[in-house]
Amino acid sequence: MNALYLAAANLRFHWARTLVLVVAAALVLSVPVLTRTLLAQGEAQLGARAEATPLLLGTRGSRLDLVMAGAYFTDDLPEPTNMAASEAVWDSGLGIPVPLHTRFTAGGARVVGTTLDYFDLRALEVAQGRPFALLGEAVLGAGAAARLGAGPGDAILSDPENLFDLDGAYPLEMTVVGVLAPTGTPDDDAVFVDIKTAWVIAGIGHGHDDILAEGEDAAAAAARAVQYARITPENIDSFHFHGDPATYPVTAVMVAPYDDRSATILRGRYLDAEGPVQAVVPADVIEALVARLLRIAALVDAVTLVVGIAAGLALGLALFLSWRLRAPEMRTAFALGAGRGTIARMALAEVALVIAGAALLALPLVIVLLSQAPTIAARLIALGS
Amino acid sequence: MIEIRDLRFAYGSGFALSVPVLDVAARERVAVVGPSGAGKTTLLNLVSGIAVPDAGRVTLDGRAISALPDRARRAARAASVGFVFQEFALVDYLSAEENVLYPYRVGTGLALDKEARARARALLAEFGLGEKTRRRPAQLSQGERQRVAIARALVTRPKVILADEATGNLDPANKAAALDLLFAQAAETGAALLCVTHDHELLPRFDRVIDFADLGGTA
Repeated sequence: MNALYLAAANLRFHWARTLVLVVAAALVLSVPVLTRTLLAQGEAQLGARAEATPLLLGTRGSRLDLVMAGAYFTDDLPEPTNMAASEAVWDSGLGIPVPLHTRFTAGGARVVGTTLDYFDLRALEVAQGRPFALLGEAVLGAGAAARLGAGPGDAILSDPENLFDLDGAYPLEMTVVGVLAPTGTPDDDAVFVDIKTAWVIAGIGHGHDDILAEGEDAAAAAARAVQYARITPENIDSFHFHGDPATYPVTAVMVAPYDDRSATILRGRYLDAEGPVQAVVPADVIEALVARLLRIAALVDAVTLVVGIAAGLALGLALFLSWRLRAPEMRTAFALGAGRGTIARMALAEVALVIAGAALLALPLVIVLLSQAPTIAARLIALGS
Repeated sequence: MIEIRDLRFAYGSGFALSVPVLDVAARERVAVVGPSGAGKTTLLNLVSGIAVPDAGRVTLDGRAISALPDRARRAARAASVGFVFQEFALVDYLSAEENVLYPYRVGTGLALDKEARARARALLAEFGLGEKTRRRPAQLSQGERQRVAIARALVTRPKVILADEATGNLDPANKAAALDLLFAQAAETGAALLCVTHDHELLPRFDRVIDFADLGGTA
């Protein structure tokens, strides 16, 4: 007890040095736990989302880009495929296709143009309001609603792609009609609209006044047309689409095969390396990605170990030097009848108190992070592939 | 109280100390003088059991301290010897009261109890530091620090008080006051006082002065 008392008194007296030691030791103790926790959580979330996404169709190219964009709504988009891919699945009768258009954002949240089947396949529940039913209506993920501060009845604006691109997509005002219950998945941070709404943002569909004068050339009249930037009950009927719907772009098509046999047949149909469309099983792609991440994690672990040892040595050196400064006190203690054991207990008590202080500081950090790990991991995954 | 017979001690450097006979009685106040490097501090270390002689015997309060095993020697030192150091050797992170109680924190075989605390407070009050018991050494004057150091040497009621240049860092007024305190407390507890000093002005106040050269054979 005397050793603890003296160690505590010394640490309290040199509080600034103690604070530095405790914070440094807390970091050494907590960082490996934090990185390991985040990695495990990220791996679990990636895996769970991949398992919940049976099959993705998209333009042949990077399988990882297709999975990350189609299942996790990340920023790196593959070359779009078209609605023909989705229609082909319908026609095959082997599964339910859900087209996904994820090119745009609104207030930084990914705008996911899709069909109501998506909500069913993902088992998403509308916590407030209702699902989208009309052109220009949006349903927000729980996280997106919180971040945008929007709810049913509010309006949100899609982000312009490029302010200086006159030919690019123009912002469209959308009415929020519902907010989803939180799921801890990338759906939380998305804005869901009907895929036709996404095509309106893309400029494939638009609405304007009927300005065609009798006998006037349609092309000449189109030049005078002012397109609506907002879809209202008054102008909704004027919205229309140009071109062949089968050519309208989609980022990916999520497919829910009716059974294993259907899944196998579907995958077989897209095996042709020369074909424009590929089918990927997200779980396979993510498994490979996680395996790669784990190899990197092993390297990070080794680096953390080395850094931890270096930090531990530095802390030990700091304690040793402070102990050297106390040599006169030790001589006095010895003269007053202290033994080597007493001196050793004083040194150990000081180290123990620093480690205990570090653990006390690290513990709340780790607890908070553990409770927030799913959210943080989801954010990290959403940052990009 | 202190009895030395045929003492011989040598450092590896070649320095050797030889003391054929030295007796200091209880309540006796003895000054030890001599040139620097003559071995005065070594003598105090041998008397207190910090150092063990190569030959001869040191008896302290009737016990041959030089013949005791390490732990027993430390316990005897903690219980029977009070030290006053030239630089005061106070612990900077402890209050005046905790400095006085420091021997109980580190000394082998000593237990800190209410009685010890009461004695520490009483000593500080007697030394005019009753209002400054919670101050740290840096918040005290030189004279006050020396009084704290003396209180620390006395708190265990030692049989022998060893002072190594105890007044060397003090001005004349504080020197006299510190010596007064030491003498008064030694008289009260019946302790023998062995005081190494270079200050010849203080020598008339001691019962006896031992010139180191007279001890016989320092080399």
